[in-house]
Amino acid sequence: MRHPLMLSLLLIASSAAAEINVTVEIPRIDASEYHRPYVAVWVEDGGHEVAANLAVWYAQKETKEGAGSKWLADLRQWWRRSGRDQTLPIDGVSGATRPVGQHQLRFDAAKPPFAALKPGQYALVVEAVREVGGRELLRIPFDWPVTASRHLDAKGEHELGLVKLDLNP
Amino acid sequence: MNAPVKLLALAFALVLPLSAQAHKAWLLPSATVLSGEDSWITVDAAVSNDLFYFNHVPLRLDALAITGPDGKPVQAENRATGKYRSTFDVHLAEPGTYRIAVVNAGLSASWEEDGKPKRWRGNAEKFANEVPKDAKNLKVSQSAGRVETFVTAGRPSDTALKSTGAGLELVAVTHPNDLFAGEAATFKLLLDGKPAPDLAIEIIPDGIRYRDKQNELTATSDKDGQFSVTWPNAGRYWLETSLVDDKTSIPQATQRRVSYVVTLEVLPQ
Repeated sequence: MRHPLMLSLLLIASSAAAEINVTVEIPRIDASEYHRPYVAVWVEDGGHEVAANLAVWYAQKETKEGAGSKWLADLRQWWRRSGRDQTLPIDGVSGATRPVGQHQLRFDAAKPPFAALKPGQYALVVEAVREVGGRELLRIPFDWPVTASRHLDAKGEHELGLVKLDLNP
Repeated sequence: MNAPVKLLALAFALVLPLSAQAHKAWLLPSATVLSGEDSWITVDAAVSNDLFYFNHVPLRLDALAITGPDGKPVQAENRATGKYRSTFDVHLAEPGTYRIAVVNAGLSASWEEDGKPKRWRGNAEKFANEVPKDAKNLKVSQSAGRVETFVTAGRPSDTALKSTGAGLELVAVTHPNDLFAGEAATFKLLLDGKPAPDLAIEIIPDGIRYRDKQNELTATSDKDGQFSVTWPNAGRYWLETSLVDDKTSIPQATQRRVSYVVTLEVLPQ
């Protein structure tokens, strides 16, 4: 490597912490009455315990998209595993419902919540439930820590589109 | 049938286990697992053969007792009793688990007066005044029945689940609002606060109208009163057990019939 600047840039990149990119696709659904889904994104450990809450999208107040936290229990798995133990809203996790399209979440492995993960097997879980619609849950297993770049995905059938998990060491 | 035989038959009918002659009593809450603040539920209460359809008689609410997450009583709101069902609302003002129960305890007596059979129902206090001291062929039996369900707003809690120490009760090993299809749940039965072994437990899933069989599940409590059920499907289940013993509160009563019913909701994974 001849150029000193390039060399130093490479050094910065390799010493930077691993990055976790999650993409959640909310599919277009042809329904006469459509409401944006409630969606929860979390990391579970081998015993289905929640290791990290990444995002919960719901109507935080009464709007045409839902009556606030009253319907959060419909995200059944998330409610059971984590939601019912939380004080809502959850800082940095709770957010408004999202429209149709791809939504990206980016995390730094050196920062919470990933910094606290012990080495082991985990799964990214995405659960979506829609008023007058259905419910769907997808799991993408992965190993932690990230040692090599990996692209993982899972395809939903009705309430979720493609969910992608990109892990970069 | 001559008179003594008739009377004997009547007396026998009075002490027969309830399941052999009566319909199923139940409470059916509109939801068992709730999120959000300031939740409400409504509850149907009925007695019928078919679960959970109100098509026989309402369950009377005189002995309705609701216990809040802090262990204190909660008042039911908007009570009404119609032809086939009773209904009431419960305001879940505080997060945690609520126990909603109809607890009946009483005495029934039969005797002969001027050659005719007489029947009486009441409590131990009234017994002394209302049943003649010299009643002929007096048969007295005691009953203690609990019909209940559990509902949780937010995080499940245990205070309302504590045993009262009277009659048959279900103690949670698995929380009754944390039941999921395909998973096993374990409960413990207590009789007067002590483990109740060797009881036959019958569990019937909702929706009898739309199938040909009861599809009942059965279990037997072990020496510690414990039993486990693996829920085949999500849905509501009616769980019943009963026993007859001689632990009566007045000496005239020869038998005590104790029964327990709980409605449980199992959620899909």
